[in-house]
Amino acid sequence: MRRDFDTGLVEAVRTGTSREMSDPYESIFVHVVTKAMVPMIQIFAFYVITHGHYSPGGGFQGGVMLAASTILLRLALGRDESFRRFPPDWGALLAGGGTLLFAILGVIPLFFGGNFLDYHYVPIPGVDPVGLRYWGILLAEVFIGFLVWGALVAIYDALSGGGR
Amino acid sequence: MRILSLGLLALLGSMLAFAAGDLPARGDPGSPANTHVSTVYIEGALEDSNTPNMVTAVLADYRGFDTFGEAVVVFAAALSCLFILVRRRREDEEHEERTE
Repeated sequence: MRRDFDTGLVEAVRTGTSREMSDPYESIFVHVVTKAMVPMIQIFAFYVITHGHYSPGGGFQGGVMLAASTILLRLALGRDESFRRFPPDWGALLAGGGTLLFAILGVIPLFFGGNFLDYHYVPIPGVDPVGLRYWGILLAEVFIGFLVWGALVAIYDALSGGGR
Repeated sequence: MRILSLGLLALLGSMLAFAAGDLPARGDPGSPANTHVSTVYIEGALEDSNTPNMVTAVLADYRGFDTFGEAVVVFAAALSCLFILVRRRREDEEHEERTE
């Protein structure tokens, strides 16, 4: 961060190196293990989000896991590589988009005589009201997952001085 | 001042402890929390929404409005963090440019 620029400079002169939060971690093992772990963490997060109907889990928990995988990328691979995989603008975009889609999902039933988030009023041919509520819950969980993912990554980027 | 706040704290604490004596017993089937909507949720979650995990059914369906408010709170918290941190960094950079 810029605030620590002077102390960082002193440290760099003293030790001959310069390390910031946004530099890549200087170990090939960390890079390889991170690249192998992140897809697995994200698949498990996807499972936690979509399996919320049957087991503990849901959008909030899965979104936190997705954010954790992204922050692991940021910590291990450094700014340039991880921004190529997950650009810093996406955090705020995902958070805002998730909230907006959740709001739209809630407003749609209002046009068909239901209350806010009353999924079973939406007439979709071939889907009974029980199924509509089932799929409505799933969509709400997915949007909450996007929101939490984006919000946490945006806060991390703002703290580490990444997404300027 | 410290004596005053300690006394106030003790007063409020004893009032809360006194009021806690009138709370219904834990798991009491006749208590208000267990007689109104929660029975409907528990009995209807599987039939209404085909969702075996009734916590999820309550979270995203019956009490969806509260969950929406929760989501907006998370979003607002992230947004205010962004605004405060980005603004502070800009001020730092301007300060550095002026001093250079």
